[in-house]
Amino acid sequence: MISFNLNGKATKVDVDPGTPLLWVLRDHLHLTGTKYGCGISQCGACTVHLDGKAIRSCVTPVSTANGKHVTTIEGLAETTLGKAVQAAWLEVDVPQCGYCQSGQIMSATALLKENPHPSESQISAAMDGNLCRCGTYNRIRSAIQKASEQLGAAK
Amino acid sequence: MKNTTLQDSSRRAFLKDGALLMGGLVISFYMPVKGGRAFAAEAQPKAVFPPNAFIRIAADNSITIVVNKSEMGQGVYTSLPMLVAEELEADWSSIRIESAPVAAVYNHTGFGMQLTGGSSSVPSSWEQLRRVGASGRIMLIRAAAGQWGVPESECHAENSQVIHARSGKRLSYGELADAAAKLPLPDSVELKSPKDFKLIGKPVKRIDTPVKINGSAQFGLDVYLPGMLTVLIARSPVFGGKVKRYDATEAAKLPGVQGIYQVPSGIAVAASGFWPAKTARDLLEIEWDEGPGAALSTPKMRMEYLELAKQPGTVARKDGNTEQGFKEAHKSVSAEYEVPYLAHATMEPLNVVVDLTPDHCTIWTGTQAQTMDRGMAAATAGLKPEQVEIHTMYLGGGFGRRANPRSDFVQEAVQVAKVIGKPIKVVWAREDDMRGGYYRPMWADHIEVGIAKDGRPVAWKHTIVGQSITADTMFESFMIKNGIDATSVEGASTLPYMIPNLQVELHSTRNVVPVQWWRSVGHSHTAFVVETMIDELAHLAGKDPVAYRLDILPAASRYRGALKLAAEKSGWGKRKLPAGHAYGVAVHQSFESYVAEIAEVSLENGKIKVHRVVAAVDCGMVVNPDGVQQQVEGAIVYGLSAALHGAITLENGRVMQSNFDSYAPLRYSEMPQVDVHIVASNERPTGIGEPGTPPIAPAVANAVFALTGKRLRRMPFDQETLA
Repeated sequence: MISFNLNGKATKVDVDPGTPLLWVLRDHLHLTGTKYGCGISQCGACTVHLDGKAIRSCVTPVSTANGKHVTTIEGLAETTLGKAVQAAWLEVDVPQCGYCQSGQIMSATALLKENPHPSESQISAAMDGNLCRCGTYNRIRSAIQKASEQLGAAK
Repeated sequence: MKNTTLQDSSRRAFLKDGALLMGGLVISFYMPVKGGRAFAAEAQPKAVFPPNAFIRIAADNSITIVVNKSEMGQGVYTSLPMLVAEELEADWSSIRIESAPVAAVYNHTGFGMQLTGGSSSVPSSWEQLRRVGASGRIMLIRAAAGQWGVPESECHAENSQVIHARSGKRLSYGELADAAAKLPLPDSVELKSPKDFKLIGKPVKRIDTPVKINGSAQFGLDVYLPGMLTVLIARSPVFGGKVKRYDATEAAKLPGVQGIYQVPSGIAVAASGFWPAKTARDLLEIEWDEGPGAALSTPKMRMEYLELAKQPGTVARKDGNTEQGFKEAHKSVSAEYEVPYLAHATMEPLNVVVDLTPDHCTIWTGTQAQTMDRGMAAATAGLKPEQVEIHTMYLGGGFGRRANPRSDFVQEAVQVAKVIGKPIKVVWAREDDMRGGYYRPMWADHIEVGIAKDGRPVAWKHTIVGQSITADTMFESFMIKNGIDATSVEGASTLPYMIPNLQVELHSTRNVVPVQWWRSVGHSHTAFVVETMIDELAHLAGKDPVAYRLDILPAASRYRGALKLAAEKSGWGKRKLPAGHAYGVAVHQSFESYVAEIAEVSLENGKIKVHRVVAAVDCGMVVNPDGVQQQVEGAIVYGLSAALHGAITLENGRVMQSNFDSYAPLRYSEMPQVDVHIVASNERPTGIGEPGTPPIAPAVANAVFALTGKRLRRMPFDQETLA
């Protein structure tokens, strides 16, 4: 039995501890906002937060999460920062097909948590692991900058 | 433009859809579009009910627009409702959307089947959906006028209300919906003049953004049914191969595995979830009868294609006499070009959920081709099409892959469901999706150009070699004429430049590699070939590449407007670029839209760095300028991925790429600034999902030439030689 805090709720799962967290979230807990894209940590669609840090859930065994806090896109709006990032995403109208966007938003939020005012090159470094085939990268940058400005203004 | 063709059954449906609607107004009708291409035998759709409507108005004033095109990122869940809402005079904030079920009333007005593709969603719905909206407005006004006992002509509609200005009376659409629903559809409707548009032409936020930023948007992969098993399939590593024998002993021992079955496409593992299914699938030991596909290797195929490109092919276009033209030419130049197979690599890998019972088949998937899929599912399950229901989910990218003329992924899933007898979700792992075929074909081209003393081309001979994507499909009879698949030569056979002697020839090759349309189809290779050659001619003539093109384009050509706007906005010939930077230009028409792109490029550590792309597009009247911008940005990224990185190659029939490590899409750090400018136009709307893709590869290649003097004639670009 593996226990972790998922989006603020105590959660227990009885699965093979080697199962990637991604598939526990999706197939066992039916939290489907976290996406499968590559399975080898190449595309970032599966990004979630483990104790506040962005991780690729497709290559993270669920046992790694034991006793820790997991945040997925479904729980992101619980924090001021998460809300601000989603609001910026909405304002800039970032998504096209939308499939990669949960991962993009989770990576962006983790970046802003660590570095509230990232430079363009810091944004690029943080977001380079999240693929988008629709071409939303420029809007992602705009949204991250907007969220950063709004958070600065709120202080 | 005046009369709407109504069908009796839709009138009845309109009156009697109460159970579905819980009261309210439903409008549906089919309007045949003259000159539209009919692909299916069922070219004249019959209204079917229920449900068969485009609009539902509820008592709470919410307006649901049923969208008959698949949302794969291209914004149809916003642009199509805008067409309805504009004429309906609806309050945009009250618009909801719903994806259409499969029914003839939802057929594409030009294709005669439910299909999303060919950059045609807005063009083909432009009249139809505005008429749907206008009919609704007339009926609501009629209902209000009737209740008030005033002439209809004294009433008008605005912001989801009917208003009688003289008395100040007003009723909301929600209050009028029931009464309006009892009225007959109007015999004729008049559409607004574009100058009166309130929504069309203004930037509108996407309706689907809120669900795509909180994880709640439901893609095919997100569907879970009670008792559903997840299925992964081991398919032949060589296209066309069959299972000879297999051993599932080890795979079957894994916890969670529920069954292992031989199915037509290979060996299927059914399990409690993706992880056990994939782990077990990868443990299968299978011996394949590989068949002739095992002989295919890319280096050998390239040599064969290049050799064929020098041989006479089937003539696709012939103007004047090229032989004579070459004799009279001052000099000539020739070059060969190559592009590889490309995977669509949608971010969401293919997947299909099927619930099959003896008399019904329900499918949840992201598809661009509902009618074909339903037909194939029915045939596979031994049911009638009416017994098959398809729920179109959000598509995590389409780019053509999810409109398969053989319904490959849907058919396979129904075959598996028949064998397993439980609700299933067939998931393609990324590796399965990448190696699953239905690629953009590999192409080789040869061009020879005879040049006059003044540098203008006088003879042009272009030979194209590659597989037909419509051969042996239901599209063959429409797309292949006199041995020429229009999708193989488009962009080459439609070369706009004034060249008196011009010949385009085609060799359609055949092999077991499945091929399919890929964002911009034939244009994805022809634009690269012709626009780099035109650039070469400009440089040989010692002329500016933009001025040279303008010199040889016909006076009334719409290419000119796009080209001039891109040149103006980029500061072509005027702006001083940083040291080590250069501009390259290309212009191309596809899907009836004209796009010019100017790329600013430098070399960083010997690698091509694209800093900025200025695009100018003439796609007629624009419905949602923000949507146009998104599509052009996206089309450029898609084309740049192919130009810089993309290649599917074969060795002994095996695909050498498997995931994003070996088939690399453009990443964030490689993204150029993109400025999109729209040519003002009163022409009818034309395509926008694809036309931004073709010009980017030649624009970048031409910039690299300006920078280095090296011509790039192969994609992906060989960057090793540039340093």
